[in-house]
Amino acid sequence: MSGLSLFGLCGSALIGIGLYGLIVNPQPLRKILAFNMIGSGVFLLFGVVARRGAALGMGGDPVPQALVITGIVVAFSATALAIALLLRLHEATGSATLRAPDAERQPDA
Amino acid sequence: MNGAMAGIPEATTAGGFLLVLMLVLPVLGVLAALVLGGRHARRVAMLALPLGLVLAVMLGAELVQSGQKLVYVLGGWSPPLGIALRADGLSAVMLLTTALILLAVAVYGQADFRMPEGAADARAPFMFWTLLLAVWGSLNAVFLAGDLFTLYVALELLTFAGVPLVCLDGRPETLQAALRYLLFALLGSVLYMLGAVLLYGAYGTLDIALLAGRVRPEPAAFAAAALMTVGLLAKTALFPLHLWLPPAHAGAPAAASAVLSALVVKGSFFLVIRLWLDVMPGIVTPVAGQLLAGLGAAAIIVGNLVALRQTRLKLLIAYSTVAQIGYLFLMFPLAAGLSAMQLPNDPAVTGGLLQAVSHATAKAAMFMGAGLIYATLGHDRIADLAGVGRQLPMTLLAFALGGISLVGLPPAGGFLAKWLLLSTALTTGQWWWVVVMVAGGLLTSAYVFIVVMRALVAVDAENTPKMVVPRHREAVVLALASLSFLLGLAALLPVDIVQIGRPQPFAAGLR
Repeated sequence: MSGLSLFGLCGSALIGIGLYGLIVNPQPLRKILAFNMIGSGVFLLFGVVARRGAALGMGGDPVPQALVITGIVVAFSATALAIALLLRLHEATGSATLRAPDAERQPDA
Repeated sequence: MNGAMAGIPEATTAGGFLLVLMLVLPVLGVLAALVLGGRHARRVAMLALPLGLVLAVMLGAELVQSGQKLVYVLGGWSPPLGIALRADGLSAVMLLTTALILLAVAVYGQADFRMPEGAADARAPFMFWTLLLAVWGSLNAVFLAGDLFTLYVALELLTFAGVPLVCLDGRPETLQAALRYLLFALLGSVLYMLGAVLLYGAYGTLDIALLAGRVRPEPAAFAAAALMTVGLLAKTALFPLHLWLPPAHAGAPAAASAVLSALVVKGSFFLVIRLWLDVMPGIVTPVAGQLLAGLGAAAIIVGNLVALRQTRLKLLIAYSTVAQIGYLFLMFPLAAGLSAMQLPNDPAVTGGLLQAVSHATAKAAMFMGAGLIYATLGHDRIADLAGVGRQLPMTLLAFALGGISLVGLPPAGGFLAKWLLLSTALTTGQWWWVVVMVAGGLLTSAYVFIVVMRALVAVDAENTPKMVVPRHREAVVLALASLSFLLGLAALLPVDIVQIGRPQPFAAGLR
């Protein structure tokens, strides 16, 4: 197995594990971490694509590298926003779950 | 048909600068609002939005005049190395709708999001006006971007601008709704990005026009299409990925709900259109189209039934959004069916887009109307709406007009949209979608009727309103609803604006 397929498989595995975590875990923090794991897998795949697309003796296709940097910035901001929301939620309710506490249900709902 | 495909590099067309201005204006607005701070954010928005409407009209006029899509090649670097902004008929219509609705929302939101006089700067008004501009900028980017990665970034910006709108008031339940929305959106965006990687790996470009010429029916393209579509469905809240929408849209302040329900979900839907009709029309299988529309049909039935059972007006409207999103997805098998019969797919595409526009205008009016009802009564329980007809006659009329558009009675925009979709379904022999659309229309009319009837009940003792709503706020709501109601007259327009600059694989060959 070449190194390239190994990286590709690692990326896919990360995406798989992350997807599982995002869907199965009930806690928002774990969901956010799982999202980051999928993101890492996708970025790894970007690297593989860059290496595969290398032509004319270049070390790698530069376009995916530029895309990865943008992707990382976006994923970082997304994580920051999610964590900020989670902290506000914890401040407001004392817990950080997505289940609706009974006390807050609308009286007529 | 297209310079890029013929090997000639794409060049900026006349009027291309308008595309740049459409992106620059909202971003400048956001920056100005951030720099000038709290008190001026509202003024900046009120200055930028009318200007943006003028720009959108100019762009539409330029498009109709030239009869082909407008292109701006950034820095003179043509794709695949550079990136291009493109505006076809779909983009122009959506840009215009967005500018119009945001302006209406801004006029409506004046009263709700005004800085308290003499007090310290409040956070909610500042955030609202800045986010309104940010939503506008990212939507414009979604409508104009010419490659899949710019679209990804635009979609993310749209999410980042939309999520905080949900929890402007900072109540725990809205924070929760915002977090759930964000998690769904993040799942959607990461799946979309994964699909984009696969496409880049297989074809070496993300430019829509170039990809359309290179995509072949093979596993990589199918996997990418599936991943990107599922990701976008999570953001568009198509059944069964709609769970985040009702609490998020119903909990937000009325002006924010209007923006979220009318426009933000349309951003990711627009991307589904781009993907299915522009990037990979050749590889979409009939089964995939039927599956997508099947989910849409489930959304129509489930969304409408759940809407009927709601006891609060804003939740009812939010579930009605879930149902109306379902209609949008009926266009895909219909367009594919027409293409399979060697007919131009115009009616299905125009119908789908018209549904998006008429739902956007009607739903914005209905959410803002619900906000006025809430402000007047101090609650929005459907069972206790009696007397609203007397207190807020214009609002109730607007609600009814919006409802008529959702049901699809002539001359409403919803009628023309559903009529185009219905007739296409009959042309292509897909009668089952007709059944769904008619059943959905009946269910919709049931809950619109219930609300209007409840509100028309006269009360003996005049109950004192919690807050007197100024006439101009009612007028804005009514204007938007009337627009949706009269949109069906678009059928009388001499040109089908939606189709300008659209690729026509079969019609082009026949001429």
